[in-house]
Amino acid sequence: MMQPGSLILSTMTRLLLPLQLLFSVFMLLRGHDLPGGGFIAGLVASAGFILYLFAFGVAATQALLRIDPREIAGAGLTLAVLSALPALLYGDPVFTAQWWHPSLPLIGEIKLSSPLLFDIGVYLTVIGSMLTIVISLAEAEE
Amino acid sequence: MLAAVLSGFCLAALVPWLQPRLGARAGWLFALLPAGLTAYFATFLPAVAAGETFRVSYPWVPGLDLELAFYLDGLALLFALLISGIGALVTLYASDYLAGDARQPRFYVLILAFMASMLGLVLSDNLIALFIFWELTSITSYLLIGYDHEAAFARRAALQGLVVTVGGGLALLAGFLLLGTVGGSYTLTELLQHGEAIRAHDYYLPLLLLVLAGAFTKSAQVPFHFWLPNAMAAPTPVSAYLHSATMVKAGVYLLARLHPALGGTEAWILLCSLFGGVTMLTGAYLAVRSTGIKWVLAYSTVMALGTLTMLAGIGTEKAMIAFGAFLLGHSLYKGALFLVAGALDHEAGTKDILEMGGLRRAMPITAVLAAVSALSLAGLPPLFGFIGKELMLGAVLNAPFLAPLLTAMAVATGALVVAAAGAVAVRPFFGPPARTPKTPHEAPWGMLAGPALLSALSLLFGLAPGLPGEGLISATAASLAGEPVHAHLALWHGLNLPLALSALAVAAGVLLYSQWGRVRGAMNRLEALDARGPEAGYERLMAATTRLAERLTRILQNGYLRSYITTTVLTLVGLVGYTLLTRYEGGFAGGLDVRFYEWVIAGLLVAAALFACSTRSRLGAVASVGVVGFAVALFFILFSAPDLSITQILVETLTVILLVLVLFKLPDFMSFSTPRQRLRDGAVAGLLGVLVTALLLIAVHYQFAEPISAYHLAKSVPLAHGHNVVNVIIVDYRALDTLGEIFVVALAAIGVYAMIKYPGGPGHRTDEDESAV
Repeated sequence: MMQPGSLILSTMTRLLLPLQLLFSVFMLLRGHDLPGGGFIAGLVASAGFILYLFAFGVAATQALLRIDPREIAGAGLTLAVLSALPALLYGDPVFTAQWWHPSLPLIGEIKLSSPLLFDIGVYLTVIGSMLTIVISLAEAEE
Repeated sequence: MLAAVLSGFCLAALVPWLQPRLGARAGWLFALLPAGLTAYFATFLPAVAAGETFRVSYPWVPGLDLELAFYLDGLALLFALLISGIGALVTLYASDYLAGDARQPRFYVLILAFMASMLGLVLSDNLIALFIFWELTSITSYLLIGYDHEAAFARRAALQGLVVTVGGGLALLAGFLLLGTVGGSYTLTELLQHGEAIRAHDYYLPLLLLVLAGAFTKSAQVPFHFWLPNAMAAPTPVSAYLHSATMVKAGVYLLARLHPALGGTEAWILLCSLFGGVTMLTGAYLAVRSTGIKWVLAYSTVMALGTLTMLAGIGTEKAMIAFGAFLLGHSLYKGALFLVAGALDHEAGTKDILEMGGLRRAMPITAVLAAVSALSLAGLPPLFGFIGKELMLGAVLNAPFLAPLLTAMAVATGALVVAAAGAVAVRPFFGPPARTPKTPHEAPWGMLAGPALLSALSLLFGLAPGLPGEGLISATAASLAGEPVHAHLALWHGLNLPLALSALAVAAGVLLYSQWGRVRGAMNRLEALDARGPEAGYERLMAATTRLAERLTRILQNGYLRSYITTTVLTLVGLVGYTLLTRYEGGFAGGLDVRFYEWVIAGLLVAAALFACSTRSRLGAVASVGVVGFAVALFFILFSAPDLSITQILVETLTVILLVLVLFKLPDFMSFSTPRQRLRDGAVAGLLGVLVTALLLIAVHYQFAEPISAYHLAKSVPLAHGHNVVNVIIVDYRALDTLGEIFVVALAAIGVYAMIKYPGGPGHRTDEDESAV
C-alpha cells in the first residue's frame, strides 16, 4: 500500500491539486464549444483528489472535502434533474434547453443555460461517484 | 362523480397524518366520508328509479385514447350504495373493534383505499379503468387479509387470495382485450349496444371463458372457492366488508354488467348456472360442516355468490329481479352477521361456536340483531331474505336449461342454510351458558350501530318490499336485461310452488339443525376428500412453482461471473450470427483505407491484449489492459474525436488506480482453469470478436438511413449555441439519456460502497483474513 508522507509527492500534490481543480472547471465551462464537458472535468477533478488521497491518506482527504462524496453525487443528480424543469416554466417539453443572457457590471454579458446547469450536475455526480468508490476502497485498505 | 371516487384515495393518503392528531375517535370522523358518499349516491335514487342513467367522462391518457369515464345506472347505484353505506358502518365499527391497536392507521388507509377502488370498479365505463380498479381491490384485499402480518397463517391466506384473484385477473385482462377488439370499443356502454355482434363472433367462446375465469376466481366459485374462507384471517370488519358485502361480489357484478353483451347464449347459461349451482350447494354444505363462526358465514357467502352467479346465468326476467333482491338481501344480513360475529369474538373471546352458549343474557341486543339477520339468512318471513329466496326459487323453476337439477340444488341449499343460520344465531345465544375465554358483556354502541341498522333494513325491506323493489331492484334488473324491467316485490305471493319448496326446505333445515352434531360427524367422515380437493391442488401448484424457480435459478444464477459472460456472449453470437448467416446477402466492405501507423496501433492493441491473457504477473496484466485502453484512445484521436479520447485516457488512468487499490486485496495470482477450459473461453471470445468485426464491416458497407450526424452538425450552433457537437449531444440533444447514465454511475458507486461497508454472507472477510494478507 502507498505510504502517506512521501515528501516529493505531498509537495507536488499541494501545488497540483489547485491547478487540477482549476483546470477541471475550465474544461467544464468550455465544454460546450471545445473538447471538455462535465464527464471529462469530473474525471480530472476526481484524479486530483485521488492524488491527494495517495499523498495524505483518507482522513486528510475527507477533511479537505468536508462533504461526504455520496452527498456530492446526490447534489449532482438533483441539479441535473432540476435543470429539466425551467423548460416547463416556459411551456416547452421537459429538458428543452433554456438560455439566459444577463449582463453583469465590469464583466459584461455572460451566457447562462439549463444545459450548463445539467453539465454541472454531471460534473458533481462523476466526482461524487468516483470519490465514493476510491475512498471506500482506500478505507478498506487502511 | 370523479370526486366521489377519488376522495377515498385522498383521505386514505391523509390518514397517517390525521390519525395521531384525531386520537382514538378518528374512525368516527373517517366514517363521515363514506356516509357522505352514501347520501350523495342516494340523491341519484329517484332519477335512476325512473330509468335514467348518468355518464361523465374525463380525458385521462388522451394519447392512448384512454378516458376515465363513469357510468351510473341501477346496477352501479345498488353497488355504490352498498359499498359506501356498509363502508361507513364498518369504519365506525372498526374504531371500537380495533381500539388500542397501534396498526389502526394502516387499517383505515387500506379500507378507505379499498372503498375508493371498489367504487371505481362499479362506476367505470371503460374496460381498462375497470380492470385497474379490479386489481386495486385485489391488492388492498391482500394487504387487509395479511393485516396481522406477523401471523404465518394470515400471510399464507393473503397470498392465496392474491394468487387466485390476480391469476383470474390475468385471464380477465386477456378477456377484456379480446372483448375490446371484438366489440370495437373499450367503452362498456358502447359494448352493451353491440351484444349480438359480439355473441356471433368467432372469438366469443374464448373471450367468454376468459372473462368467466376472472369473475369466478374473484367471486370464489367452485373450484376457486377455497381462498374465501381462508381470507377470514383478516380482522372481522374486513371480512364483513370485503369478503362478504363488496369485493367478492365484484365477479358477480361483472357478470351482471356484461350480461347484455355476453349473456343469453347456451354456453353462458350452462356455464354460469352450473358453476353457480354447484358453488351454491358446496358453500351451504361446507357452512354446516364448520364450527368457526366466521367460517360458517364465509361458506354461506360462497353459497350466496353461487346463487347470484346462477341467477345471472339463467338470465330470465324473473332471474334478474331475483338477482337484485338476493344481492341486496345478502349484503344486509351477511354484513350484520359478520359484525355480530366480530362482537362475539371481541366480547366473549372466541370464534368457535361450540365454545359459546347462553350468551343472550350477557349480550341481549347482539342476540336480537343476530336473530333478525339469521332469519333473513334462513329465508324466513317477514324478512327481506325471504323475498329474495322466493324470487330465486321462482326463477330456478322456470330456468331455460336444467330446471329440475337447479331446483333440487336450490332446495337442498335452502335446508342447509337454515341449519347454518341456526348454528350462527341460536347456538351461541341459547342453551346452557358456556365458559368463554372472556367474561362476556354487551359490545360498545359503535359496534352495535352497524348490525342494528343493517338488521333494521332487512326487516323494513321485508315488510315493505316495494321500497327497494319499485325503484332500485327494477333499475338493477333493467341493467342486466338491457331494457326496462318492472319488478313487483311482495311478501305474500299466494300459495304457490316456491312457497311449498321453501316450507319443505325450512322443515328439513330445522331437522338438520336439531341433529347438527351428528350431521357434522357424518360430514367430517368425508373430510378425507379434501386432500384431493382444489385447495390441495393449489398447494401442489405453488410447491411445484417454487421448485421450478429454484431449479431455474440454480442454472441461470449460478454465481459464476464467467458463466454469465459466456451465456451472454454465446446468446448474442447465436442470435445475431444466425440472422447474419440466414438473412444477410450483401457483401462486406473491402479495400478499407488503412494507413501504416493505424496498422501499428492496431498491432500494439492486439499484442497488449494477448499479453494480458497470457502473462503470469498481475501487475503486468493490469498494465497491458491499460495499454489496450490507451491504444483505443489513440484511435479516437486519429479519427478526430478529442472528447472521447480525453475521457478514455482519464478513465484508463483511474481504472489503473482502482485496480492498484484492489490489487492488494486479491489472493495470489493463480491459475484456476485447466487448459481445456481456457481453450473453450478463448473460442467464445474469438467468436465474439469475429461477430463484431463482421458487423462493423457490414455497417461500414451499408447505409440504411441518412445519418443523423449531419443534422446534429447543422443545428448545433443555431439551436443549441454550442460548437462542440459531442457535448451538445450529451447535455442537450440527448440530455435524458445522460441523466439515466449519471444515475447509473451514482448507483454503481453506491453499490461499491455497500459492498465494502456492509460485507456479509459466506464471502465475508474477517480481521484474520486481513492480517493474513
